[in-house]
Amino acid sequence: MNKRSSLLQKFVAAPYIVWSVLFIVVPLVMVVYYTFTDSNAKFTLDNIYTLLEPDYVSIFVRSVAYSFIATVVCLIIAFPLAYFISQSKPTTQKTAMMLIMLPMWTNLIIRTFSLSNIIADEGVINSLLQSIGLQIHMIDSPFAVILGMVYNYLPFMALPIYTVISKLDKNVVEAAQDLGCNKFMVITKIIMPLSKSGIISGITMVFVPAISTFYISQKLGGTNSRLIGEEIEAAFMSSGDKNFGSAISLVLMILIMLSIAVMNKFSDDEEDGGMIL
Amino acid sequence: MKRFIPFVLSLLFLATSALCGCGEVEEMEIEYAEGTLNFDYSELSGTEVKVYNWGNYISDGADGTIDVNEEFEKLTGIKVIYDNYDSNESLYAKLASGGADYDVVIPSDYMIGRLISEGYLEEINFSNIPNYEFIDQAYKNTQYDPENRYSVPYNVGKVGIIYNTYMVEGTPTSWSLMWDENYKGKILNFNNSRDAFAIAQFYNGIDINTTDKAELDKAFDSLVEQKQILQSYVMDEVFNKMESGEAAIAPYYAGDFFTMYGNNEDLAFYYPEEGTNVFIDAACVLKGAKNKKAAELYINFLMDPAIAQANAEYIYYASPNTEVIKNEDYLAFLEELHPDAYDILYGDVDNPKDDSFIDLPAETKSYMTEKWTQLGATSTEESGNDIVYGICIVLLALIMFWFAFSTVRKKTRERMYD
Repeated sequence: MNKRSSLLQKFVAAPYIVWSVLFIVVPLVMVVYYTFTDSNAKFTLDNIYTLLEPDYVSIFVRSVAYSFIATVVCLIIAFPLAYFISQSKPTTQKTAMMLIMLPMWTNLIIRTFSLSNIIADEGVINSLLQSIGLQIHMIDSPFAVILGMVYNYLPFMALPIYTVISKLDKNVVEAAQDLGCNKFMVITKIIMPLSKSGIISGITMVFVPAISTFYISQKLGGTNSRLIGEEIEAAFMSSGDKNFGSAISLVLMILIMLSIAVMNKFSDDEEDGGMIL
Repeated sequence: MKRFIPFVLSLLFLATSALCGCGEVEEMEIEYAEGTLNFDYSELSGTEVKVYNWGNYISDGADGTIDVNEEFEKLTGIKVIYDNYDSNESLYAKLASGGADYDVVIPSDYMIGRLISEGYLEEINFSNIPNYEFIDQAYKNTQYDPENRYSVPYNVGKVGIIYNTYMVEGTPTSWSLMWDENYKGKILNFNNSRDAFAIAQFYNGIDINTTDKAELDKAFDSLVEQKQILQSYVMDEVFNKMESGEAAIAPYYAGDFFTMYGNNEDLAFYYPEEGTNVFIDAACVLKGAKNKKAAELYINFLMDPAIAQANAEYIYYASPNTEVIKNEDYLAFLEELHPDAYDILYGDVDNPKDDSFIDLPAETKSYMTEKWTQLGATSTEESGNDIVYGICIVLLALIMFWFAFSTVRKKTRERMYD
């Protein structure tokens, strides 16, 4: 009986195993292979050495900094949002969730492009401000890029947090109130620790796409916000150097893994921290 | 109320039919040249030809223009499969990765040189392209294809500066406009290394095909200097930014200026006196093309004067086709497009200061890429990045502090229970 079910298990899992070997393991091996070879397929470490030059280090640092701030801002906005939505009437909850999901159905390129039209010097906000004699330069700056990241990835933070909070056992909250917690303490002592798994997956789902984005920084960043994703795109698309492009991707992957490991390290005092790795 | 709805519907119908009226006019009969008609297409009827071209670079039937691919299908029975790319480099990347199976591609001069030397192109059988006779001698025996074996010119053009007359004072004549601090934050430049370097090279009087590192460094220094006053590096966003007045100065291709001018009449255009980049985009057949004869017939079709004219009137780029340039309808079209359209597109073609790109040695290419990355990495004085890093450090410090605090509190509480 046992043997049979494990055969069945294998059979059921086969499509995914084939899938992951073909599209996850093989490409990963190729990335590693290209990273350590040159265009003549000879072993080299030059691609990695180039990445240690100050120019690339500064681009890496910049990418980490932007996506870190974007993630924190997303968290600051999304947690209260998710909490208040989960406290409201079921119909309101549905509408609010719809409003959060709606932008996700629009293409990222369109969203970013329209954001650039909104915050441009001749854009919607500034033409409104001009009527009261003000003008704020927003586009083509690091802040525009971070705004773009927050704008595009906020739903990825709000959704997992909302899911976790709305499934919390109401009895726990009531017990805390019975034991003398005020509203604020309920949030900080009960809801926040219990929704940690949602927060952590939210952080991952914002940080990872934000750090590797190239379109947002290209459209909103002006001349000072070149990010690592743009470097990867340039390596593959304009200079046609797939070895170097692979090297950047590999280093970026390692960087992301390190960041997630650090984050899990911080949160592993609770048993539900390891949701991602 | 019930009677009201059909009334509204009929009104709507009237309005839409009036709006679309122009599209429903009996289709023009296209008068093909003999070189197009003298073929027996029936043997290839039902086959397909795969074409890979720049985006928005063929007359596609919008607004009552001729749909070139559809007309080709109508005439020959050969089905056209049509795809777009956005730069010579991405075309090359696609070919190099082996992911492309096209018959016809239309790269620019220097890329054709590279594709020939790396063996990506097939020699063209010119007996299938009788319309080649219409191509101006000036665009034959070029540097990249000296014996005319691989390519047939499709469009030609030059890079110039587009500026907003409302925002820029006087009539500029030089590349130095792009280094003018008065227009800080209103200047755009190309977001690709080759074109951006070329501008700095013309500005400094350096050969755009130089392989000398010292000269490239000098051009790089100019680009760093320019970066301080630049709004951003763009490609096709240039249309939006120039038309809306978001930017005042941008270098771009002459033909595209007319598109922008059509949406913003404050814009003007000039070729800088230091000389500029001349390009030829030419149709080529890829090695291993599955339907080589159909590919050649397609290229022949593009060279047909009537089709070339339709394309010239749609894309606004200069045509290398002598019949098109002589055509009075076309000249009248240009007159209406912009008062100086003819001069911009066809005047001053042999300026000795102008130059075109040739394929650079691999070493120079990678040096240029390296410098371009360095340019991307450098921050200008007022970048705002320092503030971003400051915020980052503060946030990190706060998070560390909070974790330290909560760990200590937890430890003390645990000790209390013990």
